Amino acid sequence: MDPYDVIIIGGGNAALCAALAARRRAGRILVLERSPFHMRGGNTRHTRNIRCAQVSKNSALGEYSESEFLDDLVSVTGKPANMKLANYAIRESQNLPPWMHCHGVAWQAPLAGTLHLGRTNKWFLGGGKALINTYYDTAARMGIEVRYDASVEDLVLENGRFRAVVLRGKEGEEFIAGKAVVVAAGGFEANLEWLKRYWGDAADNFCVRGTPYNDGKLLAVLLKNNAQAIGDPKALHAVAIDARSPKFDGGIVTRLDAIPFGIVVNRLGCRFYDEGENIWPKRYAIWGRLIAEQPGQLAYCIVDSKTIGSFIPPIYKPYESNCLAGLACQLNLDQESFLKTVNDYNLATLGNTTFRPECLDGVGTRALTLPKSNWALPLNRPPFFALPLRPGITFTYMGVTVDETAKVVDCNGRSFVNVYAAGEIMAGNILSKGYLAGFGLTIGSVFGKLAGEEASTHAH
Amino acid sequence: MHINELIEEAGRQLTICNACRYCEGYCPVFPALEMRRELTKGDVIYMAHLCHDCRACYYACMYSSPHEFELNVPKILSEVRLESYKGWSWPLLFGRSFTDRRVAASMVTGTIALVAILSFIWIGPATIFSRHVGPGSFYRVIPFFAMLVPALVLVLYSAIVSLQGGARFWRETRDAVKKTTGVTSLALMIKDVVSLRWLRGGGPGCYYPKATPSQLRRVYHSFVFYGFLATVVSTSLAAVYQDLLHRLPPYSINSAPVIFGTVGGLAIIAGVCGLVAMKLKSDPDPSLSAMMSADYKFLIILGLTSFSGMLVLALRNTSAMGLLLIIHLGLVAAFFLTAPYGKFVHSIYRSLALLVHHAEQARARTRSEGA
Repeated sequence: MDPYDVIIIGGGNAALCAALAARRRAGRILVLERSPFHMRGGNTRHTRNIRCAQVSKNSALGEYSESEFLDDLVSVTGKPANMKLANYAIRESQNLPPWMHCHGVAWQAPLAGTLHLGRTNKWFLGGGKALINTYYDTAARMGIEVRYDASVEDLVLENGRFRAVVLRGKEGEEFIAGKAVVVAAGGFEANLEWLKRYWGDAADNFCVRGTPYNDGKLLAVLLKNNAQAIGDPKALHAVAIDARSPKFDGGIVTRLDAIPFGIVVNRLGCRFYDEGENIWPKRYAIWGRLIAEQPGQLAYCIVDSKTIGSFIPPIYKPYESNCLAGLACQLNLDQESFLKTVNDYNLATLGNTTFRPECLDGVGTRALTLPKSNWALPLNRPPFFALPLRPGITFTYMGVTVDETAKVVDCNGRSFVNVYAAGEIMAGNILSKGYLAGFGLTIGSVFGKLAGEEASTHAH
Repeated sequence: MHINELIEEAGRQLTICNACRYCEGYCPVFPALEMRRELTKGDVIYMAHLCHDCRACYYACMYSSPHEFELNVPKILSEVRLESYKGWSWPLLFGRSFTDRRVAASMVTGTIALVAILSFIWIGPATIFSRHVGPGSFYRVIPFFAMLVPALVLVLYSAIVSLQGGARFWRETRDAVKKTTGVTSLALMIKDVVSLRWLRGGGPGCYYPKATPSQLRRVYHSFVFYGFLATVVSTSLAAVYQDLLHRLPPYSINSAPVIFGTVGGLAIIAGVCGLVAMKLKSDPDPSLSAMMSADYKFLIILGLTSFSGMLVLALRNTSAMGLLLIIHLGLVAAFFLTAPYGKFVHSIYRSLALLVHHAEQARARTRSEGA
């Protein structure tokens, strides 16, 4: 059989953007999605908006300039590993909304409670799974071939030139030849064995918020073939989620945003970090890592009846008791130490009554070794509630280095001839820590499009 | 499942939705959900009737089966709706026709048979099978008052049973929503109803019959809805012709009652065929088969009523008119008798739910502007 013009490994946003862009210039495009049909789309299924610069002053939402975008990025994630690629992503992000619209994507107003993102981010109707369904429908109309349950085990490479993929599909092992390949197969955050290399047994207690299929198989294949790694292998983005969440794929609904409204204790009944440090979204991402460092990777957020209604209702019922000792008993905490922690905290917050969750209200603890800087109300109105917390991993940072045409770079700094990468697997070129809401999809879309265009040009 | 178990399961699913909120842009159910923390029975019932079964949320959901959360909001809300249709109908024996095919079939065939038998006894086959033409020909087969009195009784009965259902909806959701409705809310509700607004979903239409959105369901539903209204207009115009202009039916092909009746009847038939065809192809996963069969029952009897009306029109100058008229009147009687025990009632509950929705959104806007 004739080789495909472009083979795309992966089935999420970056992969589909690559396929759609490649199809504009090349004839035969094959998308190899490793998951079954109902799980197609990787972590894109859990996304809900995309960050885009916009310069049009006519826009009702206001301008979001490239320089402001870059400032936001640097303030949250530090200086990008590759400034050129970061600038390219930001510049190109302006062209994404019309491109997405012309591939069938419908928009909606920003979700309630996320109005602070209304100017910088665009919401697609129904969230990430709706987005990916639209892309697959469009791909089918454009004559792009898609295979599900198609797990790529290896790549056939000759002197930096891609020849074929080795596939394990429903019909056994199979070689599929292509003129170029785009690897958009995600990170390795769902591979707990791999994470154990850096995190030890603690990794057993992590939950993975996204798809179980991101086990980094293609990242390993590329690294084995001398691709240059980028990003700290231990680095991961993790948030506090309910400890009773599914091991994999719990997504957005398992996150808990109760932390600023109470205190957080570990299994020993002790607090370990300032719960009121900053407005929640800015400090959203540190708690996963903090809890990962606690014994058993477990912690409990304790709130009382004053604040239980202040955050999005959790999907699992909080533990509840009319006395703190009863709560300690239910949670199997060291009662003496837990009661001392709460007593100390209550003494340090005695008389605090004002509570303004919408801003840094400056109502903090007094003379407490480990302070809580804002929203520090005493825990004194029963019933008391506890929410068990675990680290929920969103993504890993380590990936492969790419050049300005999205080609994978090898350890000698030379680019592969016809191997491209897009999405989470190369996001480490731009992100090395932290996360800026909606930026993952920006990277995936911009570099997916670029990789698709470059790969299809190469194929001709 | 008992209604309370259904409410509990719907509550479980909607609690997960309330922590996600990605579907907010699709329809009024999700904004209503976001205004609540704890879901009471009344809340769930209100949201169930607000749901238009467009299924957008089902296909957009990353938690639908086989995910362990097993979310299927259109289906569980359909179950709650169906149970409340049944529970609010009176008498309960007839209400069973929502889920019991035998009750529904007996009601329809019983009514038609009764009309036919009474006609044959009172009028006799000789008159029925003769050819009647000219003004008053219908009434020579069935006298005017024999048509009017049963029809008025049935329409009145059907209206009373439906309205008491509406009152039950209002009562059962009393704790869930403060019913301070104003003229603006009423106007917005009417706008939603006449435009079938929420069959557009978030814009691209219903995900019906399968995973790709389209406006077809809205088009077909409009045919049925406006076709039905056109037949109501036709009947009212006929009353005007007869009682004010003193002209007896049948009316000529280019008269207003016949034009409205014909357009309406054909629209109903087209809409019914379209909706039935879509339902036959629809994805079984988010579909509730009991609700589907309630849909079929309603659509088929409405379609047959219109079809028989068209036949009366086409063959009114032949000797078949008498029999066809009896069948048509039997179907009309069966339609009105079964209306409060079939899918017809959704129009009442859905309109009320939309009224509540607009009232509650208006209140929320006032509050946030005040704050």
